[in-house]
Amino acid sequence: MTASKRKKRAQKVLKDSQTKLPSFSARRWTLLTLLGLSGLVLVWKAVDQQIFETDFLQREGQRRHLRVVEVSAHRGMITDRLGEPLAISSPVDSVWANPWVLAPERFALAPLAQVLGKKTDDLRQLLARRSNRSFVYLKRRVNPDLAERLNKVLEKHEISGVGLQREYRRFYPAGEVFAHVVGFTNVDDKGQEGLELAYENWLQGVPGKKRVIRDGQARVVRDVESIRVPVNGRDLALSLDRRLQFLAYRELKAAVKHNKAKSGSAVMLDVRTGEVLAMVSQPAYNPNGSKSGRRGRFRNRALTDVFEPGSTMKPFTVAAALETGRYDPDTKIDTRPGVLKVGRYKVKDIRNYGVIDVSTVIAKSSNVGVSKIAMGLSEEELWSFFSSMGFGESAETGFPGEASGQLTPPGGWAKIDHATLSFGYGLSVTPMQLAQAYGVLAADGVRRPVSLLRIDQAPKGTRVLSRKTARAVRTMMKAVVSPAGTAPGAAVAGYQVAGKTGTVKKSISGGYADDRYMAVFAGMAPASDPRLVMIVMIDEPRAGKYYGGQVAAPVFSKVMAGALRLLNIPPDAVHQDGARLAASGGAG
Amino acid sequence: MNRVYQPSGLRESNPTRAEGLLADLHLDLPLLTGLVLLCGFGLVILYSAGDQNLDLIKRQLIRLGLAFAVMFVLAQVPPSQIRRWSPWLYGIGLMMLIAVLLVGYEGKGAQRWLDLGLFRFQPSELTKLAVPMMIAWFLAEKALPPEWKRLAVAGGLILMPVLLIYKQPDLGTALLVASAGIFVLFLAGLSWRFIGGMVITAIPIALAMWEWGMKTYQQDRVLTFLAPERDPLGTGYHIIQSKIAIGSGGLFGKGWLNGTQSHLEFLPERTTDFIFAVAAEEFGFAGILLLLALYIFIILRGLYIATRAQDTYSRLLGGSLTLVFFVYLFVNTGMVSGILPVVGVPLPLISYGGTSLVTIMGSFGMLMSIHTHRKLLPT
Repeated sequence: MTASKRKKRAQKVLKDSQTKLPSFSARRWTLLTLLGLSGLVLVWKAVDQQIFETDFLQREGQRRHLRVVEVSAHRGMITDRLGEPLAISSPVDSVWANPWVLAPERFALAPLAQVLGKKTDDLRQLLARRSNRSFVYLKRRVNPDLAERLNKVLEKHEISGVGLQREYRRFYPAGEVFAHVVGFTNVDDKGQEGLELAYENWLQGVPGKKRVIRDGQARVVRDVESIRVPVNGRDLALSLDRRLQFLAYRELKAAVKHNKAKSGSAVMLDVRTGEVLAMVSQPAYNPNGSKSGRRGRFRNRALTDVFEPGSTMKPFTVAAALETGRYDPDTKIDTRPGVLKVGRYKVKDIRNYGVIDVSTVIAKSSNVGVSKIAMGLSEEELWSFFSSMGFGESAETGFPGEASGQLTPPGGWAKIDHATLSFGYGLSVTPMQLAQAYGVLAADGVRRPVSLLRIDQAPKGTRVLSRKTARAVRTMMKAVVSPAGTAPGAAVAGYQVAGKTGTVKKSISGGYADDRYMAVFAGMAPASDPRLVMIVMIDEPRAGKYYGGQVAAPVFSKVMAGALRLLNIPPDAVHQDGARLAASGGAG
Repeated sequence: MNRVYQPSGLRESNPTRAEGLLADLHLDLPLLTGLVLLCGFGLVILYSAGDQNLDLIKRQLIRLGLAFAVMFVLAQVPPSQIRRWSPWLYGIGLMMLIAVLLVGYEGKGAQRWLDLGLFRFQPSELTKLAVPMMIAWFLAEKALPPEWKRLAVAGGLILMPVLLIYKQPDLGTALLVASAGIFVLFLAGLSWRFIGGMVITAIPIALAMWEWGMKTYQQDRVLTFLAPERDPLGTGYHIIQSKIAIGSGGLFGKGWLNGTQSHLEFLPERTTDFIFAVAAEEFGFAGILLLLALYIFIILRGLYIATRAQDTYSRLLGGSLTLVFFVYLFVNTGMVSGILPVVGVPLPLISYGGTSLVTIMGSFGMLMSIHTHRKLLPT
């Protein structure tokens, strides 16, 4: 084939193919127009989004990755009066998940559930329920070792959508012993009971805020700025003494158990300052453990429960009488024949004491004697004296659920009310109120507010009773603890103790039960210059013994003995063995 | 080498040395320049989108190398040869599609892969080239415009692979393959009356498809496309996040590696289907214009090559391949910016991933072959 021939052929082929092709000029322009139009649409969309809507979309973007999160503030510590920690916050981690990210990861759930100690199905259901959320707690406050294991599992299985959040967990080193006083916080670190609730604002602090950058899986990538620095909560020093509290807790618990009682409580006050040194209730609970179950366990009975004080009121009736000047400790009262008819009712003694003086009325706890004394006073005189002792009004400790008891004002009293009031029926008090009132007798007639917080300077207090009367009643109450009195079991070796028993019939609907009692002992030591006042109340002892002198007094004795020794209070009973030995040793 | 058909001395002006070399290698300089620039820009974007993962870049570089090699090889094959392969390639593609449905490997809820022992292969990608080749071959046999009968046969030839791919299910690829075939029909002179009729019948068919043909996830995609806020945490999430990414780029972008939406993992599929949003966020409107300019340059060059083609087959194939490339671009950018539903089409030459890269570069190889094997005549 020559070159010219080949050229000719090529020309022919080209010509043929060109003639075969229709001229699609309209088609070409249609195509180009379509291309141009769609290009314009794309560019227009870009202009629209990147120029006109850019501010809105940038804000939307920031809304997605810039978040303001709370920085939890450290909750204040609660300590006893010596600085021993009673409630402390320690940093822990909470496990959270983003259900939307986690749920589709089918193979992640099994190892995750295993490390969290949950069932895989439960976890799946939880995530399914919250599938429209982007945050759910899987487990709050996990132990550090679990957090570490979890991190390993997350890494190994490349699980995303699960993270840890730093939080604080409240820990109560003293456990049950301080449970009722301190109370506890909930999972969100908010006080729920006790002083944790009462001083919530003081303890909690102000959580801070910071702006962070979060990624699509809600993990914090970087801190941007701090909006508000967290203000840590303040510490709270209680007036209670951990050692005395423990002692009281141990003895009360043993007594409640030994006497098969329903419940019990005890309060110890510092006479000179009005500070509460110990306050325990039974039954108790562990504030570090699960809070489910019987709510009755949470009650701080020393402040929230009221009872009829019974015979423990008698010293106040006598004090009221002495204050009028019409009675003195030696005034003779005729209690014969051991029964006193008041209207339709009868006031009875255990036996006929005959004609006795006022001191013996206390020592023997004569209902007839004290009723006769009360009848010698006007309703107004009796009520205003009781009222000045703090009965019928709250002790104002600020404790949540604190009861104020009941004392009906005069005018409308039946005669029998006048009489029974004198031996502690027809009014109700809390153990704390009773302790405060005994504190007045112990402090030579000065009433001081009670305080659950440590105070550096004793409040001045107000005189509500003459020194002379207070001392006289104290002297009478010493006889109660003597071998001949109703509560020899309350005695403390080396110290003079003054006190009064109460064996209170429990009120039931329509009257008083014959077989259900409250055993009470109220007392103070050293009686010559009292430093400590203590109330022990045991509800429904059912192991046989039920007298205050038998059930409550021994608790008083043991706790008081320990407290006096721990507080280094000098003995005042020189006639007793230990002191005499010490004295003779000192002399010789 | 067929210097006879490519005598540089016959050109209007004498070529430079480099041009001469490129002509010897059957490469088209403007097209090659556009492709290299685009792929380079793509790597820059991918480096940021992939969180500066060098392994990712390395793998993509290997794929790019392979794709350019395929392009180079195809550019050496004269169009007449390609034309002869067409029915065979189409047949093989169809068989493989059937095989995929029978023994295919399942990934991400769809059967798309065929395990060939050494590597896994996506036959639907092959048909992206095979279908326009086949239709062009079939129509170029007889005079244009085609008669009704031939049109019907051609329609059947398009429909078979499209239905097979749609069954996998892979809506995105099915659409691309269908459009490739339809473009050939259009370029071959499909009558306007027929086009009008198709559009009118398409609407009831679309409604019927909606009712019976679509899986729930596909319906969901369409619904959330119409109102992404319908399900902001679910299916609408992609579109919302990508709109935010694009919009927050503004005029000049947040700068390379500084896109918050992408780096904080709000943007899904950011190295593959949604990589356009990453580019928009970091390079802004200016960057998008540059990117689109590169694409439009390549497309215009492709269309130019098609119009200069010397035979019907080459012209139809070249035009169709270029237009499919445009469809790729439009569907992807349209879906990322919220104009079109999310159908899972990658951004051509930039999205991370291998198979589509190879077929696209293969189609450019054919375009280069069409252009460089022209029989030039002395003026």
